[in-house]
Amino acid sequence: MTATSAKAMTYDNKGILSTLGRDGLLQVILIANTVLMLFPVVIMVFSGFKSNMEIFNNPFAVPDFANLSNYIDVWTQTNFVRYLFNSVFVTGFSLLLILVLGTMAAYAIARYEFFGASFLLLFFIAGLTLPLKLAIIPLFILFRDLGILNSYWALIAVYVAMGLPSTVFIMTGFIRSLPRELEDAARMDGASELRIMWSVMLPLTRPAMIISAIHNLVPIWNDFFFPLVFIQNDALKTLPQGLTSFMGEYTTDWGVMFAGLTLAAAPITVVYVILSRQFINGMTSGALK
Amino acid sequence: MPRLRLTGRGLWITALIVPPLAVMVTFVAYPILSALAYAFYDWQGLQRGDFVGLANFHEVLFTEPFATWTRNAFVHNVIVFFSLMVIQNGFGFILAYALWRELPGAAFHRVAVFLPVVLSTVIIGFLWKLFFHPLFGPVNQIFRGLGLDFLAQPWLGQSSTALASLIFVNAWAWVGFPTLVFLAGMQRIPGEILDAARMETDSEWVVIKKIVWPLVAPSATVVFILLFIGSFNWFELPYIMVGLDGSPFGSTDVLGLYFYRTAFGNQSAGVQDFGRGSALAVITFLFIAIVAAFWTVRLRKREIQL
Repeated sequence: MTATSAKAMTYDNKGILSTLGRDGLLQVILIANTVLMLFPVVIMVFSGFKSNMEIFNNPFAVPDFANLSNYIDVWTQTNFVRYLFNSVFVTGFSLLLILVLGTMAAYAIARYEFFGASFLLLFFIAGLTLPLKLAIIPLFILFRDLGILNSYWALIAVYVAMGLPSTVFIMTGFIRSLPRELEDAARMDGASELRIMWSVMLPLTRPAMIISAIHNLVPIWNDFFFPLVFIQNDALKTLPQGLTSFMGEYTTDWGVMFAGLTLAAAPITVVYVILSRQFINGMTSGALK
Repeated sequence: MPRLRLTGRGLWITALIVPPLAVMVTFVAYPILSALAYAFYDWQGLQRGDFVGLANFHEVLFTEPFATWTRNAFVHNVIVFFSLMVIQNGFGFILAYALWRELPGAAFHRVAVFLPVVLSTVIIGFLWKLFFHPLFGPVNQIFRGLGLDFLAQPWLGQSSTALASLIFVNAWAWVGFPTLVFLAGMQRIPGEILDAARMETDSEWVVIKKIVWPLVAPSATVVFILLFIGSFNWFELPYIMVGLDGSPFGSTDVLGLYFYRTAFGNQSAGVQDFGRGSALAVITFLFIAIVAAFWTVRLRKREIQL
């Protein structure tokens, strides 16, 4: 806050006009950009309420919001609800495993001194730089041999593997920063290691867990590549993948297609708008030291 | 008693470490090492055949028609990377600077610019595919409405504009990421340093060049490297918008599409070749790893620690 007012004062020295000029230009850039970002999304939502005729004749007109027929079609005539359930299940289960396994590894590496701890951390972090996409052929063969092609488990296994490196990285840094005193006091009282971890330390790691969860939530929820290779059965498809078969079926019905896109975008958009600060922190956290 | 405690703790640490380690070994280390090995074998469908040394690599890089396909895809990846470097990261920096000024409405603009980043590429791809429709798409409707009929082109349907259209959509979707990473970097610059700099010079341009840019260098390093890796792994957006063949006429073909076609086949040519696919994956991986490593070292050198 003080930095801002100090900045403002510096500008006052140079005359208010030049300040207004520059900030005015920046404000115009920001507004133009926001329009460019939101306009397509608004048109998408609007078009979901329109018929083909209305979309082609008046693409930018405000629609009759009472006309829900396209949305009802998507909900009842397609597998949309099934895809949504699959996405929620796969994402939720993967995140749970990522947090449990990631915290276990991070806790051991951060709180105990043992031979090979730093090597282990390096091993986990190395996974951050390896694009698992390029190992898709061996993964395909591995899952075929394990008999989990065409099942949730193929996706969950890949997502957990994808999510662990960043989670171990974020959680280790955070757990290391927690004070030793709490742990030592509990140990003096005769608490077991498990009890110290569960009741004393873990409740303190909540902020880092939220960051890790969001950091992994978005890529997993949105992933399309791994389902494309691993899942053939329509009943097991996740939302992005299901959307491709849905869009292939309704190629001539623009209103239904836009309604489908809107419904597919809705869950994460709503969560993002409510938790935008946490989303932005979580998704950029890997990029900041 | 102490000895017993020690083994107990050893067991405890082992119990914590082994499950996550097992996941990493099974689903990361083993597949990646296998990917290297597979490239040296001949494949009959899903069956691994004989060891063939570098034959797959030779085919992919030097035997026609594969060599031309590989080169064509690679050149497009390079174009994508440099274009996005300028458009996406350049505009991201400008937006970050504008947001950093905390003008009225900055919080709202920040949420808006990041919204497409959280949306699935599949949604974004289909949305813009409809928007770019030559006759009914809103993009051309706007151009016609403004009397700019010459701009009402089949953007995705002609070789001259298809790749550029994909690059535009990618920049639209992802500009929020560099914006907010740069912004976080700018917000960490101590106020005293900025105040001191602004005492010295009247030119904000000098402040940006000499103070802001060097001090956000660590953020820039990460943004550049991530864009580099992303550009050479580009797959979802072209797959949705122009299809597996990189249509029209391969003008949007990139390594990701080409790799997928080779490894898993496509409708027009149902053959799949895990050997050549693996060779492509290994070449792509080595290229990304080597360039990213050298570039990171170079970029880190110019970073300033306060």
